[in-house]
Amino acid sequence: MKSSRLLAWIAIAIGALYFIVPLIGTFEFSLRMRRGEYSFDAYQSVFSDLQFRATFGYSMLMGFLTIIFGMLLVVPTAYWVRLRLPQLRPVVEFLTLLPLVIPAIVIVFGYLRLYNSSSWLPLTNSTNGTNLLLMFSYMTLSLPYMYRAVDTAMRAIDVATLTEAAESLGAKWPTIMFRCIFPNVMSGVLSGAFITFAIVMGEFTMAALLNRPAFGPYLQLVGANKAYEPSALAIIAFAITWLSIGLLQLVSRFQKTAPAKA
Amino acid sequence: MSFLTLSNIQKSFGPVQVVKDFDMAIEKGEFVSFLGPSGCGKTTVLRMIAGFETPTGGTITVAGRDQTSLKPNQRNIGMVFQAYALFPNMNVAENVAFGLKVAGKPKAEIDARVKEMLGLIHLGHLAERYPYQMSGGQQQRVALARALAPKPQVLLLDEPLSALDAKIRVSLREEIRQIQQQLGITTVFVTHDQEEALSISDRIVVMNAGRADQIGTPAEIYNRPSTRFVANFVGTLNLIDAKVIDPGENRIAIGDQGVTLREPVAPAKAGDTISLALRPEAGSIAPDAKGETALTGEVVSSNFLGSVIRTRMKVGESVISFDMFNSPGLVPPAVGETVTLRFTAGDLLIIRD
Repeated sequence: MKSSRLLAWIAIAIGALYFIVPLIGTFEFSLRMRRGEYSFDAYQSVFSDLQFRATFGYSMLMGFLTIIFGMLLVVPTAYWVRLRLPQLRPVVEFLTLLPLVIPAIVIVFGYLRLYNSSSWLPLTNSTNGTNLLLMFSYMTLSLPYMYRAVDTAMRAIDVATLTEAAESLGAKWPTIMFRCIFPNVMSGVLSGAFITFAIVMGEFTMAALLNRPAFGPYLQLVGANKAYEPSALAIIAFAITWLSIGLLQLVSRFQKTAPAKA
Repeated sequence: MSFLTLSNIQKSFGPVQVVKDFDMAIEKGEFVSFLGPSGCGKTTVLRMIAGFETPTGGTITVAGRDQTSLKPNQRNIGMVFQAYALFPNMNVAENVAFGLKVAGKPKAEIDARVKEMLGLIHLGHLAERYPYQMSGGQQQRVALARALAPKPQVLLLDEPLSALDAKIRVSLREEIRQIQQQLGITTVFVTHDQEEALSISDRIVVMNAGRADQIGTPAEIYNRPSTRFVANFVGTLNLIDAKVIDPGENRIAIGDQGVTLREPVAPAKAGDTISLALRPEAGSIAPDAKGETALTGEVVSSNFLGSVIRTRMKVGESVISFDMFNSPGLVPPAVGETVTLRFTAGDLLIIRD
């Protein structure tokens, strides 16, 4: 074996240890709730906690709503920019990258300043209004991933020519959008959707400062007050993320846009 | 009255005028090709007929109806694109049925029409295939069937063969022409390939810098190019400078050799320089070659091109190419050899531009 190959394997092993050892340690610790033997008591305790169910359900609902509204915002925007306003592309790309640069706490304080009870649009006056604001916050956070996933999917299918082909066959905008464009960027939309879902399930700052009963603040609360359950929750959160990534991989294989044979 | 009429069409993108005063009348069932180099405006004209571009000036009528301001989806004009543009999420049958579904046709009618169209392109057995499972040639045939399915008034073909390899290109262009004649559909075909345009068109529009330089049948375009650009662009051509000796007798000189033309030399005067065009295949150096006109020169090169041997000879300041059909016993002239090229005076065309 060449020395460079050996070094590569050593690097991979160190990297794997760095990621896997803490995870194994956390998992092992989560099984130690019962004294003297391994058990799933911590998981049982987490799943039987009503607050877990409530916060998990709330975050899942917020995740689905964020995905739906995010799709409705991002797909037509990416389509329009690609088709009619290509000169605006750098501007839109810059805007969609901002949530990665601006800390979430700054964004949420901005929201609170703009939409507090004494503002022109007092969204925080009601529970539903605050829920709406939280959903928009999640949409903002997921924008860099959602936009790029959809834009990349659109790049793969010559959107302009497909639109013209559909128009020449008599199709109007809704038909073009929902029968010709949407199905062909679905893998990108779903990729963005799974990333969005993973973000929403673990997000803490926005939900805590808007005082909503989401899964992120619940994770923090349990972590501060209990011993074994936080480890069980960390493993559960990892499982959700991996499931999302697995689904993302699966979906990307279903795309029917392989290159044509010569 | 013509079926498709383009009157005084103009198109500018910002300060750049890409189509200038374009006039064209196309008869019903005619196959017209727009031929020209990249950037000459041929695709822009096609896109204006389709409705994807709005003319800066002028009108477009189909069957007497002004279409200039109609949206593409209101025109009933079928289009085939260079990049096929099949919907990747739909199989062949669904792609062909798309326009019919959009038009709200009953299912039975759609099924029958799809079957008919797939039969027309001989791909009935691939109805369930998706575009990514097909070759480029098959995809383009499906695109043609899809464009024809809603029975459009006009069929537009935007360089549909450019992305295909040479063999498929030839077979598909013959298939396109056969289908067009079978259906009698008015067709506009855009290409930069002169062989394609010459082989399948009723008429050709040779475009240059946003204008139609010449409109005519393939034979007219090839045999009687009206401008230097057309002469240069269509086929291989010798452009020869000649000096007018006697305008009354149509007598000119190429180098120091006198030739009498059939075309009137006027309004050129004695001593003027004029441009003449001569196709490489027009003459022959064989001892029994026919033709009342002859030019003698020295061979400067001789190239084997497969079916023909192209020889270049120097006459005065001009270098003239001529072709000889290849045959097993043929010995091409050697470089430096003096040969006499014979041709008929009518083969020498005056280029006036």
